Amino acid sequence: MSEDGVLCGTFFMNGDVACAEGAISAGCRFFAGYPITPATEVAERMSERLPHVGGIYIQMEDEIASMNAILGASWAGKKAMTSTSGPGFSLMMENLGLGVMLETPCVLVNIQRAGPSTGLPTLAAQGDMMQARWGSHGSYEIIALAPSSPQEIFDFTITAFNLSERYRVPVLVMSDEAVGHMSEKVVIPRIAPEELVSRRRPEVAPEEYLPYKADGDLVPPMAIAGEGYRFHVTGLTHDERGYPIMTAEVQDQLVRRLVDKIRLNRKDIISYEEIGIEDAEVIVCAYGITARVARLAVQQARDAGIRAGMLRLITVWPFAEDRIRELAEQVKAFVVPEINYGQIVLEVERCTAGKASTLLVPHMGGGVHHPLTILKAIKEAVQ
Amino acid sequence: MTTPITEEENKFNSLIRLDRMPHIWCAGCGIGPAVGCFIRAIESSGLDPDKIALISGIGCAGRAAGYVKLDSFHTTHGRALPFATGLKVGNPDLNVVVFSGDGDLVAIGGNHLIHSARRNIDITVICINNFNYGMTGGQMGPTTPLDARSTTTPYGNVEYPFNVPYLVAASGATYVARWTVLHARQLEWSITEALIKPGFSFIEVLAPCPTLYGRMNKEPQGMNTMHSYQERSVVKDGADPKDVAINYDGQIVVGKFIDTERQTFGDQCKLVLDRAKEKKKG
Repeated sequence: MSEDGVLCGTFFMNGDVACAEGAISAGCRFFAGYPITPATEVAERMSERLPHVGGIYIQMEDEIASMNAILGASWAGKKAMTSTSGPGFSLMMENLGLGVMLETPCVLVNIQRAGPSTGLPTLAAQGDMMQARWGSHGSYEIIALAPSSPQEIFDFTITAFNLSERYRVPVLVMSDEAVGHMSEKVVIPRIAPEELVSRRRPEVAPEEYLPYKADGDLVPPMAIAGEGYRFHVTGLTHDERGYPIMTAEVQDQLVRRLVDKIRLNRKDIISYEEIGIEDAEVIVCAYGITARVARLAVQQARDAGIRAGMLRLITVWPFAEDRIRELAEQVKAFVVPEINYGQIVLEVERCTAGKASTLLVPHMGGGVHHPLTILKAIKEAVQ
Repeated sequence: MTTPITEEENKFNSLIRLDRMPHIWCAGCGIGPAVGCFIRAIESSGLDPDKIALISGIGCAGRAAGYVKLDSFHTTHGRALPFATGLKVGNPDLNVVVFSGDGDLVAIGGNHLIHSARRNIDITVICINNFNYGMTGGQMGPTTPLDARSTTTPYGNVEYPFNVPYLVAASGATYVARWTVLHARQLEWSITEALIKPGFSFIEVLAPCPTLYGRMNKEPQGMNTMHSYQERSVVKDGADPKDVAINYDGQIVVGKFIDTERQTFGDQCKLVLDRAKEKKKG
C-alpha cells in the first residue's frame, strides 16, 4: 500500500474485492450499501478500506436508502458508489431515475445472481441486463459495463467513475456472482491524477449560474452544495434554472437532452473487443463471464474449420448497434450466449434487421455455459 | 390594520426565490407560515445560508425546497432523509435541513425516519403534519386521527395513527418538539435551536389543510383550524412523548419534549477513521 492508502502492486483477490479497490483507485470516498449475496464482499472491503483513504462507509437501512445516500454524497462533491444484487437492484430503480434526472455522477455495481425474486442468491446469472436499461420509469439512457474477470472489474470500475463524472449520469457495473467470487491475479497500477475524470464545475458567478444549461456536449457544469451557488434541483421536469415547469415543451427539451447526451456521444462511450472478426461467417456476441467461456468455444470452432469470430461487449449500454449493423452485412449469423432466457439477443436481432440470423444460447442461471454448448450453437448457426 | 410589507422591503428576500412566486399552496394552508418560521430561524441562528442545504421529498410540504434560496433538493417520495444523509456525510460542514410532510416522512419514508434518528445523524427535520395527503387530494395517512374523514376513509378512519414525537424519540432523536403554525414564535425559536444543535432534531408542525382535511372535518377555513389549535393546544415542555398522541378533537400537547445529548453519526465516523489509522500503524 502506498502512503496515501491507495493500493498498488500485484494481488490475488476476488472480483468483489477488486471492484472495491477499483473504486478507491478511482477516487471514490463514499460508499453506502446494504448486505446482499453475492455483493456483500464489495461493501465489506469498502468498510475496511475507505477509512484508510479518509472516506466514509455507511450501511443504510435498505437499498432505496443506499441509492439516495450516494446521490446526496455526490452533490456534496464526493465520488460515490453502492453495490448490490438482483433484489436490491430492483429497489434502487426508483432513485436511479432521480440520479438520471438530477444528472448525478455515481456508480452502481450489480453482482448479478439468478432471479426472479430471491432466486439463486449464491449463483451466477445475467438476468438483469434489460432491467439495467429500462428498470426505472420514463425515457432515459444509461451506461453499463460488463467485466469478465477480477482484473476487469477493477479496471471497469475506474472507467465507470470516469464516464459518470464525464456525462453526469449513474453508471452501472453489471458483473455477476462468478466474477465477483472468482479469485485471480489483479494488477493494480498507480493511477495518475490525469487518468481520472472529475465533473466539470461552473465557471460563472452564482447569480449567473443555470444548473441545467448545457453547451455543445449537452452535459451542464455541476455546482456542489455549500459553495454559494444556492441552486435548486428537482426530480420534476425542469428548465435550465432547475425550476419545475409542467409543460410538454420543457419535457421535450429535457428528456431529449438527457437521452442525447449519451446517444450522441456513444462513439466516445462504447467499447468492445473483436476477435477473428475479419473473415468471420459467424460471430459470437457475448459479455461478462459468458464472453470468457465463449472465447474457448470460438477457438474450438476455428480449430474445427469454422470461420468464427467474437464481438465481446464491454459497454453493454449504450448498445454497440452501429457495429452490429455493419457486421450483419458480412456474417451469416450471430450466436448470443447469455445467462438468461434472451435479453441482449433481442438487441442483436433488432440491429441485424434480418440481414443475418441470430441464435440465442440461453442459460437460466446458476452457473455458466459449457463451452461445448456454445460450440454446438456455432455449428448449428453456419449450417 | 397593519401595512403589508412590500417585496422591496422584506429583509428575507435574499432567502426566497421570488422568481418562483406565486407559490402553489392554497389559501389558508399552513405550510407557508412554517416556511416563514424556517426563514426567520436561519437569521436567528446566525448561520451562513451558503452552508445550509434544504432537502424535501414529495407532496405539498415537499415544495418548500423550491421556494427557498439555498442549495435545495426536491427528491423522491419519502427519500429526503437518506439523500440528506449522503449530503451531510459527504460534507460535514453543511447544515442539512429536511422539510417535508407527514405522509412523506412517516409513511413511505418511515423506515428512513427511524434509522436516521437511530444513527443520530446531524440533520434538522421539519415535518409538516396536516393529517392527510394534500397533493393527491386528501387521502388518509399515517397521522390521520381515528374517525377522521378523508377521501379514502369516507366512513371514518379506522387505523390508529402514529404518535410521531414518540416514534422519533424512541428511535433516538436528541431534539424533539411539536408546535402548530399558530405558535409562530415558539416554532421559529425551536427551529433555531434545532439548527444549532448537533444530532438528529425533529420538529413536528401541525398545519391547516382547509382545502382537503379541514373541509372534510368541519374546518373548511384555515382560520377554523387556527382557532381549533388555539382552543386545543396545551404547552407542556418536557412532556413524555408517549403522552402526546393526537386524537380527533382532544387536547394537542405542544412544546419541546426532548433535548438531550448523544454522539452524532459524524462523531462516530471520526472514531472509525482514528481506529483505522491506529490499526494501520500497529
